[in-house]
Amino acid sequence: MKILVCISKTPDTTAKVTFTANNTKFAEEGVQWIINPYDEWYALVRAIELKESGIVSAIHLITVGIADCDPIIRKALALGGDEAIRINVNSQDSFYIASQIAAVAKEGNYDLVLTGKETIDYNGSAIGGMVAALLEWPFISHATQLVLENSQATLVKEIEGGEQTDQVQLPIVVSCQKGMAEQRIPNMKGIMGARTKPLTVREPVAADSFTSFVHFDLPAVKAGVKLVSADHPEELVRLLHEEAKVI
Amino acid sequence: MSVLIFLDQAEGYIRKSSFEAACYGSKIAAQLGVPAETLVIGTVSDDLSSLGQYGINTVHTIYENSLTQTDGQVYTQVIAELAKNINATVVVLSNNMLGKTIAPNLSVLLKAGLVSGAIDLPETNNGFVVKKNVFGGKAFAHVGITTPLKIITLNPNSFPITKMDATAIVKPFVATITPSKVKVVSTKKVEGEVSLSEAEIVISGGRGLKGPENWGLVTDLAKVLGAATACSRPVSDINWRPHHEHVGQTGLAIAPNLYFAIGISGAIQHLAGVNRSKTIVVINKDPEAPFFKSADYGIVGDAFEIMPKITEAVKKLKNK
Ligand SMILES: Cc1cc2nc3c(=O)[nH]c(=O)nc-3n(C[C@H](O)[C@H](O)[C@H](O)COP(=O)(O)OP(=O)(O)OC[C@H]3O[C@@H](n4cnc5c(N)ncnc54)[C@H](O)[C@@H]3O)c2cc1C
Ligand SMILES: Nc1ncnc2c1ncn2[C@@H]1O[C@H](COP(=O)(O)O)[C@@H](O)[C@H]1O
Repeated sequence: MKILVCISKTPDTTAKVTFTANNTKFAEEGVQWIINPYDEWYALVRAIELKESGIVSAIHLITVGIADCDPIIRKALALGGDEAIRINVNSQDSFYIASQIAAVAKEGNYDLVLTGKETIDYNGSAIGGMVAALLEWPFISHATQLVLENSQATLVKEIEGGEQTDQVQLPIVVSCQKGMAEQRIPNMKGIMGARTKPLTVREPVAADSFTSFVHFDLPAVKAGVKLVSADHPEELVRLLHEEAKVI
Repeated sequence: MSVLIFLDQAEGYIRKSSFEAACYGSKIAAQLGVPAETLVIGTVSDDLSSLGQYGINTVHTIYENSLTQTDGQVYTQVIAELAKNINATVVVLSNNMLGKTIAPNLSVLLKAGLVSGAIDLPETNNGFVVKKNVFGGKAFAHVGITTPLKIITLNPNSFPITKMDATAIVKPFVATITPSKVKVVSTKKVEGEVSLSEAEIVISGGRGLKGPENWGLVTDLAKVLGAATACSRPVSDINWRPHHEHVGQTGLAIAPNLYFAIGISGAIQHLAGVNRSKTIVVINKDPEAPFFKSADYGIVGDAFEIMPKITEAVKKLKNK
């Protein structure tokens, strides 16, 4: 059984968010890049666990992005991916990216495509569902558990206000979130091994883009905190009622 | 042409976030000078003609046994068919769990550009540009949709519900339904009375509360305010609280009117899930806690002493 894990690059969670070029571009200078946490902690690590338990024979990684993604791809390989494919194009359009992933998934005969539930930078929550629709495979989103048995998957996923257990025949696309697996740290052997694992760079297939980022802006700065004395907590309640009018 | 809004339901009642989507969609329809139409799948107890109050002209309904199981892909087919039938130019959904499974699917099926997590009406004078949160609420992006048909999912608690005096026409809709490929084994409700993503007030606790046995400090206040409860990530990681309460960059992102943080330091990853809240209150014994920088109101002090007094004061206020 072969798994394709979608890996995207995002700014470190503590990165300062500013923009350049007339507020049309995220200012990348000095930014540390990481594997999108959902892709790493949940999708990839669950894939690794499935491989360790002998159900899965190979984990391939796919990233749609230019050469500056290579360090995070190497880290994903160090964690336990077997080989990686990078589609050499810079795009922010979910449909375009999904089209690239779907093309690779179709050609590679995968049984399972795993994505994160969303990227923490553009917060699209879109690519997994689009890949599934393009492949005409079932899509299980916001999964917190994934168990495979022969060609059947049993999954627990979050639904509004609760959770649901589903059974479905492979191949499927799953978007992963917390609960799937525990975070891992690559070890020395993994890091050394990752250097020689195959990372194939391919050019994109022709696909449409449906959206474009026009510009960015930052939220208004807060006026500053109004502190209430710890001796008079009831004053806070009064302010919330009379001034903020939220209770 | 028209704007189509998908309304989802919780146990027979249209969700609050769907009413928000209805108001949002009808405002877009007014902006474009086209009617606003909605789709309701399954039976609901709400009086559907009263959706006119939210600016809706037509409510399409569909009841089919095969639709009792909520399957995003099956629902997508139904929505896509209706969108084509009524020549929709914009489709609006709530950016909740169901909306997040339907919208990307619909985008592919209808070859329609999607912006998820919108927080304001689109600019339609020059192109079609939608404002959304990015970087976990640290910034906004204005995203242009270039396809003739557009799909928007609206963040819960981002658009006000307003009413007017009007009624909607209710019409049954017949669709070709493709059977679901997914077998639902079981469903379980994990949330309390108040849904966290839709809640107007959220009371949240962090590691400063020292242990699960102290959560009364959070839940007592939540109870008097009819609020939902939340927590920081370490708190759910060490199982003091259930996972679905975890807010932040790797948890749920929420935007209540009031977010009340008790014993939470305000790490940047926590803020990413709550900084869209309209009013933030912070109770922390450390005056240097970073959360105070993002707060509107705060008390520097011991939560164990302060919280019971606050809960008392709220009770008094409510009994007035
Ligand atoms: C990639 C990544 C993703 C992350 N995602 C998230 C996320 O989604 N959500 C999240 O919450 N965190 C997330 N974190 C963790 C985050 O960085 C912080 O570690 C976490 O938010 C801290 O939780 P806390 O504030 O409850 O605990 P602490 O940082 O330990 O803070 C406890 C606070 O309680 C105060 N306190 C102690 N005693 C009292 C008292 N008696 N009365 C009043 N105040 C008191 C202390 O002064 C302190 O400020 C993430 C981290 C990483 C690296
Ligand atoms: N450029 C990319 N290359 C590969 N996978 C991606 C890319 N962007 C997003 N993904 C995957 O799709 C998921 C959802 O992303 P998004 O729809 O952008 O929020 C991510 O968690 C990744 O697993």
